[in-house]
Amino acid sequence: MSLHELDARRLLCPMPVIRTQNKASTLAAGDQLVVTCTDPGALSDIPAWCRITGHKIISSTQQGNEIIITLEIGET
Amino acid sequence: MTQAKAISLISGGLDSMLATKVVMDQGVHVEGINFFTGFCIEGHTHAIRSRGQKKPKRNNALWTAEQLGIKLHIVDVIDEYKDVLLNPKHGYGANLNPCQDCKTFMIRKALEWIEDNGFDFIITGEVVGQRPMSQRKDLMPVIARESGAGERLLRPLSAKNLPQTLAEREGWIKRDEMLGFNGRNRKPQMALAAQYGFKDYATPAGGCCFLTDEKYSKKVVDMWQHRSSRDYEFDDIMLLKVGRHIRPRPHFKMIIGREDGENKYMEGYRKQFISLYTTSHRGPLVLLDGKDISDEDIQLAGRIVARFGQGRDADSVTVQAQWPDGEAKDFTVSPMPAEEIIQDWYV
Ligand code: SF4
Repeated sequence: MSLHELDARRLLCPMPVIRTQNKASTLAAGDQLVVTCTDPGALSDIPAWCRITGHKIISSTQQGNEIIITLEIGET
Repeated sequence: MTQAKAISLISGGLDSMLATKVVMDQGVHVEGINFFTGFCIEGHTHAIRSRGQKKPKRNNALWTAEQLGIKLHIVDVIDEYKDVLLNPKHGYGANLNPCQDCKTFMIRKALEWIEDNGFDFIITGEVVGQRPMSQRKDLMPVIARESGAGERLLRPLSAKNLPQTLAEREGWIKRDEMLGFNGRNRKPQMALAAQYGFKDYATPAGGCCFLTDEKYSKKVVDMWQHRSSRDYEFDDIMLLKVGRHIRPRPHFKMIIGREDGENKYMEGYRKQFISLYTTSHRGPLVLLDGKDISDEDIQLAGRIVARFGQGRDADSVTVQAQWPDGEAKDFTVSPMPAEEIIQDWYV
């Protein structure tokens, strides 16, 4: 398992989801990805995308204007 | 027999949702694909506008995929889409929407995708005669041919009215189980949605993108007219969705934030544009988009900025101009009277 980061700040949905999807496709099952974004739409879009693609949300927190979502890559 | 696999173009609307479900019910493995051109209505303006009042808007393509229980691949086609918008072989619709070329392009991209991923055919929610431009019966074969998809393209909602395709010939789907929808009447779709138990689906009024919007299209045309080339960057098309646009001189325009959410979003562009805001009174953030902007232009813009802030009735208002390199200058102006802001300046 390894930990990866993705900066999706200032991007508006669906770009944070697209970047997350593209990054996730390069990772292995069990890897974790920490996505930082500023569009509040990501709070619903990234979890929705995880549900349909079999990835798992580990945590989702808000710090000021930044939203930090950690997900774990599932088996595809 | 191995299970056939199809990719379905998911726009987030009801038709593509129904078309997908009809084929899934035939035992076909279906995944969704959604193309992001940069002009899609999904998300953006809602994301930019102030947070909080309403619950955040969902992404309808993701929502549709979740309802159907399928995977969704969202593909960024912003760069490739430029050629579709700038040089549409079949021209534009009522506004800057190049619907026929756009459909052809998306089906061509879906074709590339199925070839790369070992899928068998493509599904769209097109209905014969539903939209004047791209869904005329005589144009449907043109789209199938020009995209290269040919008979690998299935339109389940109108398949009974259209020639046989590969999916039917191979026995992956049964013609009898397809539909024969035709024309603009939406009742058959709504009845089928009820039958499937689909509720709360999106019903976009115009098309699926900003290019069908008259005001937005005007802003794009204005941008092209005042630049030496029609090329555009993603930031350009995003900024056309934000703020009031006023062009007081041919060589520059002002983008004036309409509320806090927009002001905050525009903050991110202060390293690319000269920006102005009033320091003595509350007011919007303004970006100046243009070339060779002189001190005189900045004075003029300052008077307009003052007009749009809470100091509009004051004798003098202090404005700060900031350049992309961070250099800033304060100056005082008298707000421009409303009647001096010419209607033609509004883009
Ligand atoms: S409305 Fe926009 S996205 Fe939809 S087909 Fe026309 S140009 Fe393409």
